[in-house]
Amino acid sequence: MTEVTPEPTNGLMAELQERFPGAAQPAPEPQEGLTIARDRLVEVATYLRDELGYAYLSNITSVDYPEGTNGLPPRFEVVYHLYQPTGGPLVLHVHADREDPAVPSLAPLFPSANFQEREAWDLMGIRFEGHPDLRRILLWEGFDGHPLRKDWHEPYYEEDHKPFSSRFPEGRPMPAEERTLLRRNLRYPPGWSPRDWRPMADTWGYTPHDEVAHQKNPTHPADRVVLNMGPHHPSTHGVLRLLVTLEGETIQKLEPMFGFLHRCHEKIGERNTWLANMPYTDRLDYVCSMSNNLGYAIAVEKLLDVEVPERAEYIRVIMAEFTRFLNHAVSIGFTGNDLGIYFTAMLYALEEREFILDLFEMTAGSRMMCNYMRFGGVAHDMTDEAVELARELAFERLPRFVDKLEAFLTDNELFRARTVDVGVLPPEQAIAYGCTGPLLRASGVPYDVRRAEPYSIYDQFDFDVVVGTNGDAYDRYLVRVGEMRQSLRILQQALNRLPGGPVMAGKKKATLKVPAGEAYGRIEAPKGEMGFYIISDGGPNPYRYHIRAPSFINLGVMGELCRGHLIADVVIILASIDITLGEVDR
Amino acid sequence: MYASLYVLKAFGVTLRRFVESYVDDLKWFLKGGFGKRYTPDALAVRQSPKGRGIFTVQYPAERLPLPERFRGFPFLVYDDETGKPLCTACGTCARVCPPQCIWIVRASHPETGKPLREPAEFHIDISICMNCGFCAEFCPFDAIKMGQEIEIATFERDGTLLWNQEKLLRPLSYHAQIHPTDYAQEQAKRKPKKKKA
Repeated sequence: MTEVTPEPTNGLMAELQERFPGAAQPAPEPQEGLTIARDRLVEVATYLRDELGYAYLSNITSVDYPEGTNGLPPRFEVVYHLYQPTGGPLVLHVHADREDPAVPSLAPLFPSANFQEREAWDLMGIRFEGHPDLRRILLWEGFDGHPLRKDWHEPYYEEDHKPFSSRFPEGRPMPAEERTLLRRNLRYPPGWSPRDWRPMADTWGYTPHDEVAHQKNPTHPADRVVLNMGPHHPSTHGVLRLLVTLEGETIQKLEPMFGFLHRCHEKIGERNTWLANMPYTDRLDYVCSMSNNLGYAIAVEKLLDVEVPERAEYIRVIMAEFTRFLNHAVSIGFTGNDLGIYFTAMLYALEEREFILDLFEMTAGSRMMCNYMRFGGVAHDMTDEAVELARELAFERLPRFVDKLEAFLTDNELFRARTVDVGVLPPEQAIAYGCTGPLLRASGVPYDVRRAEPYSIYDQFDFDVVVGTNGDAYDRYLVRVGEMRQSLRILQQALNRLPGGPVMAGKKKATLKVPAGEAYGRIEAPKGEMGFYIISDGGPNPYRYHIRAPSFINLGVMGELCRGHLIADVVIILASIDITLGEVDR
Repeated sequence: MYASLYVLKAFGVTLRRFVESYVDDLKWFLKGGFGKRYTPDALAVRQSPKGRGIFTVQYPAERLPLPERFRGFPFLVYDDETGKPLCTACGTCARVCPPQCIWIVRASHPETGKPLREPAEFHIDISICMNCGFCAEFCPFDAIKMGQEIEIATFERDGTLLWNQEKLLRPLSYHAQIHPTDYAQEQAKRKPKKKKA
């Protein structure tokens, strides 16, 4: 069982300040955490990891300040969120030059930094010195500029912030494609031409593979094959491309490539008002939109400092746990489907999912894009009919389904033959790669945000954190089944104790101003830790809005997990990680 | 590869399910013949979590009822008697709309040019609308509501999904019919105000 570690006290700050004089200072108000001198970042991070146990680099993001704030000059800031495996967040800020931003890379220390630093380079244009492979990750190289910079404007740019003044009171409709004509909405980097572009050239990822391919037998490189799996492959559950180097059928190297669904969610988020981001979060992990809503609501409520009524908290927990159940059921179902022999399991799972979606539709108004949470409560009360359905599901129908699923798969030799000892992830590696959710817990690390940093009212429920022992695909399945049972336990307690009362603190407000500050709200989403890092400048729109997407970061360990396995195991490992491309690509 | 006890057990799960479907059919057949199997009473049980076995809804021919809170696409409400839209062109919906798909032109007095409390033009680009329901949720006059029409696919792209006021207007009685609870609440809220005035 995980112990709750208190927030980093002034003791830790003092210790760091003493050990690294001048290099570590408390961040100026209203920021949290410490400001670290750029040139000593690696030193401080090494000390934090090795001496103080902050082994878990959860989130890296960057913020653009084109104008000086807090008495500081124009700059970029890179923000790190570090944890001990038992909790205890620590926020580090590193400043980078506005003209030529460069920050030392932490990827050699924390493998989880690899993808996230590439994302920061791609979207914000911050160079990470010493990064082994600093390429664009979500966009292609024919893309001009770095979209998250405040001075970058999209082709259909209208205004910096919504609501646009062209809509009211003189709102004559003007479709975006008439304002910027097709073919004129493209912009290439200077000196770059699509005609000279060779996707097979060294920038596009083949080079590192060629190096691998030539290592063993330089005279006969043909005995290794480079294979593209995807982007349209049924087992990738979306558009994910896996670049695989094979020797025979054994995987030498595997690299996930994505961004096909990229829509620069974070830029949209900065244009939107605070409330208008809520329906956009539904589209992140479109399987579990309720969890996304909850994460965003919790992050903004941290800044707003509102008290959520008790009934709303219970409804939130009920919805979040139904979402977890639904996600795990579908995930296990699709694992069976990917194995090629258990289509039945998937259909059974989808059937149960239908009932849960019916409940969402009845309560929130939509099956998948729920848009249900509001700051300070939920949008609508649960009707008696909905509570009745929820009770029927949580007490009768879903427990029966879990039993059936277990009878179907758990001891099944065929299922075990394909999953046991496939994709083994040792606990140290899981932490180093920043894995969260069932992927991390199956490796035996009892880390669950619901316990490590209880949010909402999770501290009032009895439940166990399910952990595995081997960390293979089979254990991940077992952990998911265990979590489904724990979810039902929480649901039964919540439904039995569901209090009456209002579901919204105060009146619903269409436009709200959020006090200036920064907040990092995180929840245990079904796929892992979902974090929303938001910065407010006191206005009606977020200044910065970053999402720590669990699928994105869990996918970072994919290459490591697949090495040495057969090509047929890739689909099982991918299914056992459980990703949603809407969240990976954002 | 090899099959054994547990694989057979898994087959058993499927077989039981298969049999249950027919047992269920038979049960409803015994209650009153073929016709009874598809009556609303039977469907209410067979499609609920209490149902056992497989039960398929043959979609275009059969439809499940949509719950009252279902969010389709927005429509404007007009009064059955006067035929005037309830909208006062306050612009709240256009401001709160996340994808900014609502365009409103506020009417002005033809002589004085003062803004009036009614829209001159009201457009919603349904192809951009993300069905979030904020417009209906935050409308202070209950003049815009989320409808239940979902089959609006078209073959054309240009303008067919840009709905104008004429296309968006629905009578209040239609709103009362598809959202009975919501309508009752609104009426209850409105009545005391009238008395005061």
